[in-house]
Amino acid sequence: MVEEQTNINVTAEQKIWKILGEVKDPEVPVLSIIDLGIVRSVNTSNGQVAVNITPTYSGCPAMDVIQMDIRLKLLEKGYKNIIISQSLSPAWTTDWMTEEGKRKLKAYGIAPPNPKQQFCSPEMFQQEAVQCPRCNSFHTEVISRFGSTACKALYRCLDCKEAFDYFKCH
Amino acid sequence: MSTAVFTYSLHLADNALILGQRNSEWCAHGPVLEQDIAITNISLDLLGQARNFYQYAATLYNQFSSEEKESVDRLVPALWKTYNRDLEEDDLAFLRVEHQYLHLLITELPNGDWAQTILRQFFFSAFQQLLYTELQKNSDEQLAAIGEKSLKEVVYHLRWSSEWVIRLGDGTDESHKRIKKAFGELWMFTGEMFVPSSYELVDTGNLKGNWEQKVKEIFDEALLLSTIEDDLGVKFQKGGKEGKHTEHLDYILSDMQYLQRAHPNSQW
Repeated sequence: MVEEQTNINVTAEQKIWKILGEVKDPEVPVLSIIDLGIVRSVNTSNGQVAVNITPTYSGCPAMDVIQMDIRLKLLEKGYKNIIISQSLSPAWTTDWMTEEGKRKLKAYGIAPPNPKQQFCSPEMFQQEAVQCPRCNSFHTEVISRFGSTACKALYRCLDCKEAFDYFKCH
Repeated sequence: MSTAVFTYSLHLADNALILGQRNSEWCAHGPVLEQDIAITNISLDLLGQARNFYQYAATLYNQFSSEEKESVDRLVPALWKTYNRDLEEDDLAFLRVEHQYLHLLITELPNGDWAQTILRQFFFSAFQQLLYTELQKNSDEQLAAIGEKSLKEVVYHLRWSSEWVIRLGDGTDESHKRIKKAFGELWMFTGEMFVPSSYELVDTGNLKGNWEQKVKEIFDEALLLSTIEDDLGVKFQKGGKEGKHTEHLDYILSDMQYLQRAHPNSQW
C-alpha cells in the first residue's frame, strides 16, 4: 500500500515536471525553466503542489515573473493548492542547464555556456574559447564581460563579424 | 543570537544596497555603452544580495519576541509602525533614517570619475570576496546560503574591477593620474572594513592580511605600488557600521526614498 502511494506520487510529480517544461524564461524565451535548471524539486502530497526554484543570479528580475508564470500555468492545468518557494543553496550553476537547453540557446543565436571546469575562475584577462553560434568559428573575442542580462556577456566573431551574446559560465 | 543575525543582515544588506544605488547612478552615463552595462549589472547583483539579506532580516524580526523586538527597536523604521502589518524588505530599504543605516562609509561616497568608481568597486569586491567566503561557512544556514550564492557574483565583479584598475594604472598618463587621485580619495575609507563591530558574525579583522595582499598584487600589475606605500600612514575613517555617516548619505536617501516618503506604503 505504501509502495503504491509512492508510485502515485511519482507519476503526479512527473506530470508537474512536464507542465513546468512549458514555463519559459521570460528573458530568454526559447528556454524552459527546466532547460535552465532552476527547478530544484517538485512535491505533491495532500492535494498540494510544492515547487522549489533557485535564482540564476541574486538580482535576476525574472524570478518574480517566473514564480507567477509557474502559478498561472499550474492553475490553468487545474491545480489549486500551489506553493512556490525559493532556495539559494546549493547555488545555481550553468552546469545544471540541460543539453537540450544548450542546443536551443545556440539555435536562438546565443552561445551556450562552456562547462564550468573549463573556465570559471577569478583569473584576469583570460580569453575563453567561445564558439560563434552563427558560423561556429572559435575565432571570437570578448567585447564586454557583461551583457543585456545578468547571465550574459557580449562577444564578437572575428570571422563572420557578428556580435553575439554568450550565456556566461557561472 | 538572532538579534545579532538581524543586525548583521542589515549591515550586509545596507552595504550592498548603498553601493548598488551609487553604481546605478552611472546608468546611461557610462564612458562607453559596454561599461555602462557592466556597472549597472553589478548594481543589479548588489541589489539582489541586498534583497536577500533584507528579506531574511524582516523574516527574523517578525518572529521575534517582544523583548527581542525592543532590543533592536532603534534600527526599525518609525513610519512602518503606523502600517499595522508585518515588516517587509522594502520598509527596511526605504523607510529608515540615516543613523539606522549600518553600511561602510566607502559605499556612500560620491562616484567621482570612472577611475574612482572602479577603484572603490575593486576595494569593495576584494573585501566582499573574502567576507562571503567566510560567511558561507556560518552556522546560520540562511546567511551561509546567501554568502554562497553571492560569492559567485562577487568573483566576477572582482575580476572585472581588477582588470580595470590595471587598465587605468598601466594605461595612459591621464588614466594613471586619475586612478592615483582616486586612491587619495578612497584609501582612508578602507580601514573601516576591518574594524570589528559588536554584531558582526565574521571576524573581519582576520581578512585584512589577505585583502592587503590582493590589493598589492593588483597594484603591482597596475604600476601603482609606490602610491600605496606613500599612503600607508594615513588615518582611517570609521563610523558607518555604527550608524555615523557622512553628509553624502542624506542625498542618496532623499533620491532613493522619495517615492515611499511621498506616497507611503505604495505598491506597484
